[in-house]
Parts: sequence; C-alpha cells; structure tokens
Amino acid sequence: MSTDDFAITAEGLSKIYRIGLKEQVHENFASMVMGFIRSPLQNFRKYRSLYQFDDVTDGESTAAEAQAGIIWALRDISFAIKRGEVVGFIGRNGAGKSTLLKLLTRITPPTRGQAEIRGSVASLLEVGTGFHRELTGRENIYLNGTILGMSKREVVSKFDEIVEFSGVERFLDTPVKRYSSGMAVRLAFAVAAHLDPEILIIDEVLAVGDAAFQKKCISKMQDVRKQGRTVLFVSHNMPAIAMLCTRAILLSGGKMTMDGTPHDVISRYLNSDAGTPSMREWPDAALAPGRDVARLRSIRVVSQDGRTATSVDIKEPVGIEMAFDVIKPGYKLLPHYYFYNEEGEVVFASLDQDTEWSERPYPTGRFVATAWIPGNFLTAGMLLVTATIITRSPDSLQFDEAQIVAFSVRDNMGPGTARGEWSGQMPGTVRPLLKWSTKYFPETRERDDLRRVRS
Amino acid sequence: MPVITIKPPTGWEAIDFKELRQYKDLFYFLVLRDIKVLYAQTILGFSWAIFNPAIQIIVFTVIFGKIAKLPTDGIPYFLFSTVAIIPWTYISDAMTKSSQSLVSEQSMLGKVYFPRMIYPLTPLLSKLVDFSISLLLLVGVLIYYKVAPTWNMLLLPGFVLYMVLIPAGIGLWLSSLAVRFRDVKFAMAFIIRMLIYTAPVLYSASSISPEYRLLYSLNPIVGVMEGFRACLLGGAIPWEFIVPGMVTAVVMVLTGAMYFRRMERVIVDVI
Repeated sequence: MSTDDFAITAEGLSKIYRIGLKEQVHENFASMVMGFIRSPLQNFRKYRSLYQFDDVTDGESTAAEAQAGIIWALRDISFAIKRGEVVGFIGRNGAGKSTLLKLLTRITPPTRGQAEIRGSVASLLEVGTGFHRELTGRENIYLNGTILGMSKREVVSKFDEIVEFSGVERFLDTPVKRYSSGMAVRLAFAVAAHLDPEILIIDEVLAVGDAAFQKKCISKMQDVRKQGRTVLFVSHNMPAIAMLCTRAILLSGGKMTMDGTPHDVISRYLNSDAGTPSMREWPDAALAPGRDVARLRSIRVVSQDGRTATSVDIKEPVGIEMAFDVIKPGYKLLPHYYFYNEEGEVVFASLDQDTEWSERPYPTGRFVATAWIPGNFLTAGMLLVTATIITRSPDSLQFDEAQIVAFSVRDNMGPGTARGEWSGQMPGTVRPLLKWSTKYFPETRERDDLRRVRS
Repeated sequence: MPVITIKPPTGWEAIDFKELRQYKDLFYFLVLRDIKVLYAQTILGFSWAIFNPAIQIIVFTVIFGKIAKLPTDGIPYFLFSTVAIIPWTYISDAMTKSSQSLVSEQSMLGKVYFPRMIYPLTPLLSKLVDFSISLLLLVGVLIYYKVAPTWNMLLLPGFVLYMVLIPAGIGLWLSSLAVRFRDVKFAMAFIIRMLIYTAPVLYSASSISPEYRLLYSLNPIVGVMEGFRACLLGGAIPWEFIVPGMVTAVVMVLTGAMYFRRMERVIVDVI
C-alpha cells in the first residue's frame, strides 16, 4: 500500500502543557513588598516557562514533572487513516481528543512527534468562528466561508445553496446581531456544511441546534461519508459515532487505548473505569463506615444475573446492593440511595420500601438490601451512587457514603428501547419507555366533509 | 496533492509567502470586516475619519501654534500640522490596532488555523481606508492655503509605503509580545504619547541641532513627517532626515517578521 492511500498519518504525537503556576503567598508585609519589587522578573520567567519543555523527558511522568505542573495532554499517539475512512475519537473530558484535533488542524504545534496530512483539509472546531455581530448575514457567509478555508469563488458558487440550507433568505441583509440565536447557528452551520475538502476534521459540532436541525446535520454527514471523504470526528454522542463512523479510536489520559470498530470501542469506553469502581468492600469491620447502630460492609452494582457490573444495557434492570452489619439491635433503619449523573445533578433518590422490614426494629447481624432500577428507565451515561442509612425515631445518620460506586448505562437502539429507530439526540435525565396508544378514526374526515356539504 | 506536515517547531523560519497568497481572499474579507464594523451604527459614519484628525489639528494649532509658538519654518501652523497629523493618525491607529490584533482575536485564534501573520497585517490595510478619507481634509487645507503642487508630489506614494512600514514593524513585534505580556496594551498608550513628541509632528525638525540629527532621524516617524511635508509643501527633500529612519523601519519589519514567525507557534498555548 503506498503512502498516497493514507489521508493522515501520525507518529508519536505528544503535546505537553505546563499548568499550575502558583501565585506566591506572602506571610508578612516585608515579603509582600519584596515580592512586589521582584514580581516583574518572576512573571517574566513564569510566562517564559509556559512553552519551554527541554527539561521534560520522554519516559513516564516523574514526581518532579508533576511538581512543576507538567501535563501530557497527548502522549505518543500514532495512527494511519486511509482515504474514505470516517474515524470517531472517543474519550472522557480531558482525554486529549480536542488537543489532538488542534494539532491536526495546525492550531497548535505538537511538542514531540509528527503527522502528515495528504489532501485538502478543512476543520470545524466550532460553528460560526469569526462571525461578526455587526455584519449582515451575507457578509458573514463570505467571511466565515473564507475563514474555514474556502476561496471567494467557492463561496460565490455555493452561495445560493448555503442560503437555502440555512433558511434565512429574508434576513440576508440584516446584521446578525438582530438574528435569533437559532437563526445565527443555522446560518453558521449552513456555511460549514458546504465545505468541500478531501479531509474534514470536526469537533462536537452536532451538539448545537434543535432536534430537526440535528437530523439535517446527521444526514449531511452521511452524504459526506457516501462521497468517500475522509472524516475525523469527535463526539460524545455515541449513537452518532456508531452510525457515522467506520472506525473509532479511544483516548484516555492523553494516550491511545484502543483502535477498532465503533461498536467494540464504544462498549470498551462505556465499560472503562471512570475513577469510581462498581464495587466497594470493607473487609475490616473497624474501618467500615458507620456509627453505633449500623456499618456498611460492601456495596456493588449488580446486573440481572447477580454479577457485579460496571455497565448495563439501557434495556436491562440494574440493582444496587449494599451489605451492612447491625451491631446494636432494636432500631428501625432506613437505607437509601441517591443517584447522580455526570453533571452532578441528583437524578432521583430511593428509600427502602421493603414492607417486611419497614416497620420492624432490626436485630443484630448481616443484612443485604438491593434496590432494583427497571430497564428502560435511566438515560445513557454514568450514574454515581450515594448510599446512606439513618435510624428512625430518633433519627440519626449512621453513614452517608457520597458517590462511592458508579456504573454506566449503555445506549442502545432498536425494538424494546425508548429510542426505537431514532438515532438523533435523546435529551432528558431519564429515558423511560412509555406505553403509547394511537387510535385511528377513519370516518372523521368523511363526516366532516358531509357536514360541510350539508351546511 | 497538498501535503501538510505537522511537526514540532525548530529554530527560525522564513515567511511562507506562498501560504499567505492562498489566503488572500480571507485577508480581503477581514479588511472589509474591519472597515464595515468600525463605523457600524454611527451617525457620522466615515466622516469620523475626517473629524478625528480635524479636531486634533485645531487643538494643536491653538496650543502649540498660538500659545507655545513652536517653530514651523515660517509655514502657517494649521497647514504645518495638518500635513503631519494625517499620517501620524494613521501610524498611531494602525500601530495600536495591530499590536492588539492577536489578543483581541483570541477566540478565533484557538478555533481555526490560517497564517497568523494575517492578524497584525489586517489593521494596516483597514486603517489605510481611514487615511485615504482623511486625505480629503488634507486636500481641502492645501487648497485653502493655496499651496501649489510641486514635482515632489510624485514621491508621495513612496512615503505612504514608508508610513505603512512603521506600524507593520511595531505591530509584528508587539502583537506577539502582547500575547505573552499584556503589559503591551498599557505601554502602548505611553509609547504613542512619547512618539508624538519625539517626532516632528508638532514642530519642525530643523530646530534639532545638527550634532543630534543622525540620532534623531533614526526614528522612522521623523522621516515620514519630513517626507510628507516636503512632498506636499514643496522645497528640497531632506534626505538626511529620511534615510536613517527608512533603515530602522526596514530592520524593524524584518526582525519583527522573524520574531513573529518564531512566536506564532506558542501563541495559542500561551494566550
């Protein structure tokens, strides 16, 4: 295979940042005055050090590097992308996806390694870059088009298509500041959608606009794919990745951890450790969280078949199981859970409603309480669980273990899911599968027509 | 097929004129944007390009011409200062705008790539539009004082080019410096104030004693002012004031471009 078959090759790309330059803390007035006098020189050194990395070695991060605030945003990334491939980059926030795109689009140079891009390239890291409020829609189309790499002639030839796609014909000569935000986004996306490069690099731009507009964008992306262009694509929208991409690359902590089919990479991503385990145990009773009445000994996320699970299919139920010891008998206990999503919102709380124990004092011994969340109820993403037990009358908190276990809910589509065949965005903090009923009244129109005729 | 190689920057790099040429349409639209946006939602619109220098000329005529009676080689002060204030307004405006260009466009800087040099160069052209409009004022004043054009006038385009080189050099140097050190913004106001006094904008260069002439003329603004005066008002062209500054200006543009090329790689990471 000759090098021409590859659109993009990258070898050992790395990017180092230096962050965490600390402000000096002064303990007394004299040192503050001295600090003030010395500060210009210190500031000069500080700002200079931001982009000098001669002291950073290629090996694993050392403690000294961490002390100096050295961050490897990307580390030793190598890949080769063939012409016509649509590659999705997946990873959590801070995994290095956006940094990688910034290197490939020449916005910032790599610290180590190199990459080659063969063919004309356009990048879209943001919709509406360079849009100016004071300029009219027409002027912004030209400006934004040339900023994205089109020539004036290209913009002229596509002008009518762009205007039609955006649907803002009537306001073409109105300053963009008078547009609604939706109109401005549509116009900006319309320009971007008419880019015509051999290689397209896109960062999470599908996250804008309403559902109808997103659908339009997805279908535009499918067109691009059919035309055999090479596309690099970063998104948190897993169904979009699964549908559009022919290949996916997983990044975590700045490193490439997997390269494969979208299906495999997505499921690895959703199963990967997000920092919070799906199970915690306290084998030593003395260290177990709790107070005079109850102590938490273990907690885990269980799937239907009773196994510890880090992720569950969106269709399937998932249980949260806590084992606790009661060390002082005679109290009514109320175990409960709080469920948080990745944004830190409480999705819901659940109190133990097991009638067998709800009105009864607990004797000493080991208890295992499991709460089952039905399938087709949670939305896709991470959920973090807080486990708490309080005693009733008098109310006293025994333990409150904040976000100690986590699991992810894998998105899925098809029959039996709330998504069905819809592949666009599904907003909401929960995603229940509701019972819908649609009734049909074939006579209604005829009756209306008859009535009209009679009158 | 275009091949782009992305690799860590090393050492000094030459200006990539081929790449700049590819982006000429963008350059054009950015200049157009600056022009359109500047006077958007104003009543007077482009007339501001005349009012601003006109008011400055009147103030200077009253203070420095009538009260302080600065030397002008016998030329009426109003005429004397008009000829200098108009290029001076261009130099100071373009210099300020160009040195802040990267900082003020930082949102664009981090989202899309095009040759970074376009940022500081755009204000040089967009401010030329203001300059051209303010030439109307200049022509009016010349007619009022019945100044007859001389053959010197033919050299004016050359001096306009010389005039553009000054903010180009300063803009290339300071725009990339301003990214790292925001002090530039504060220093700029001070620099402009100093420059107007160190150059013969308000007084005549002939009042400088000959022993300091060479040192004095190393300031390129001296050459532009003396050149404009000689072109428009006639008389011998004082090359001894003009040539040293030209050398400075060219050196500043070349070193500025080199420095800019070196700094442009770290701009996004540091801004």
